[in-house]
Amino acid sequence: MSIEGWDVTALGTGRVLPVVTAPEPVLSRVGEPVDPTDPQVVALAADLVATMAVSPGCVGLAAPQVGVGVQLFVVNVTDHPKAATVHGVFVLANAVIVEASRWRPGREGCMSVPDLTGDVKRAGRIVVTGELPGSGRKVTITTDAFEARALQHEIDHCNGLLFLDKVSGAHAIYQRKVYL
Amino acid sequence: MTDVHGAELAVTVIGPDRTGIVADVAEALATLGANLTDSTMTRLRGHFAMTLICTAPASATEVEHALLPLSADGQLLVTVRDVGGDEAAHNGGLPYLLSVHGADRLGIVAAVTRVVAEAGGNVTDLSTRLVGPLYLLVAEVDLPEGVPGELAKRLAHVAEELGVEVNLRPAGADVL
Repeated sequence: MSIEGWDVTALGTGRVLPVVTAPEPVLSRVGEPVDPTDPQVVALAADLVATMAVSPGCVGLAAPQVGVGVQLFVVNVTDHPKAATVHGVFVLANAVIVEASRWRPGREGCMSVPDLTGDVKRAGRIVVTGELPGSGRKVTITTDAFEARALQHEIDHCNGLLFLDKVSGAHAIYQRKVYL
Repeated sequence: MTDVHGAELAVTVIGPDRTGIVADVAEALATLGANLTDSTMTRLRGHFAMTLICTAPASATEVEHALLPLSADGQLLVTVRDVGGDEAAHNGGLPYLLSVHGADRLGIVAAVTRVVAEAGGNVTDLSTRLVGPLYLLVAEVDLPEGVPGELAKRLAHVAEELGVEVNLRPAGADVL
């Protein structure tokens, strides 16, 4: 499945940016909405794609993670064993979850919290609206399983939230043992 | 009756981690006929820490004596005390989860849990982690009805003073 009219190569070649880690304050600030047609936003979208591509095991990256407090993120769960519906590599600006159901626990990590993982309950089926960088076209994405989890994690980043803010119990945090 | 439901004892064991601590303690207790009930056993920055309750047909002194070989090399600290058989008081509050994270500094746990206590909240489980510069606290708290809204405001105030992030949310379990 792909998003109609979306071509990631149209963003151009991005730069690989350093990823910031908690407790960096930008990770806890609500991101500013962006104009998805702004060339600077398109360039940042390309940077997110490039930075995710060189990060092993990375299935999503939000602008606050590269130190920019705005509502923009990339997701790519292609070939992930936990994925069902897959939309490939895509970047969304100003994304909002409009429907969420089938809540399930699952363990997740984050490049910005490199030493810990945690159990977080996420919706297994969601409907998200957002805007595509470049065209600015508004899209509605319906997805499930791991792509839904990745989207919720990235949208949380855009709202200044980490998985640490949502862990399911006092013993639901784990020292990370395997680094991809 | 053979008193398998005898004295309720609290046992703590802490020391540098090595293989076999749990087996050694559990074996010593089993040999005495002590029944291990609730426990937490975990590694804290290279130290292995056990806290457990057992019911034993033996006194605290006898159990302590049976565990003496464990602390013989001076590495493990073992304590045993009689805690009576009373069930823990349950304040009947609503279960909430509290996350706090930010740059490590002195007094985060003290300041946050004081605010919870002042609101009549009872911490039922809590763990903290220090990884690099990041300090994380996750607590399960029982809160009296009507308290969460005001507590969230007070926590936000304390968090701002400490320069940390705080998140208080209901921990309602789904009963299936």
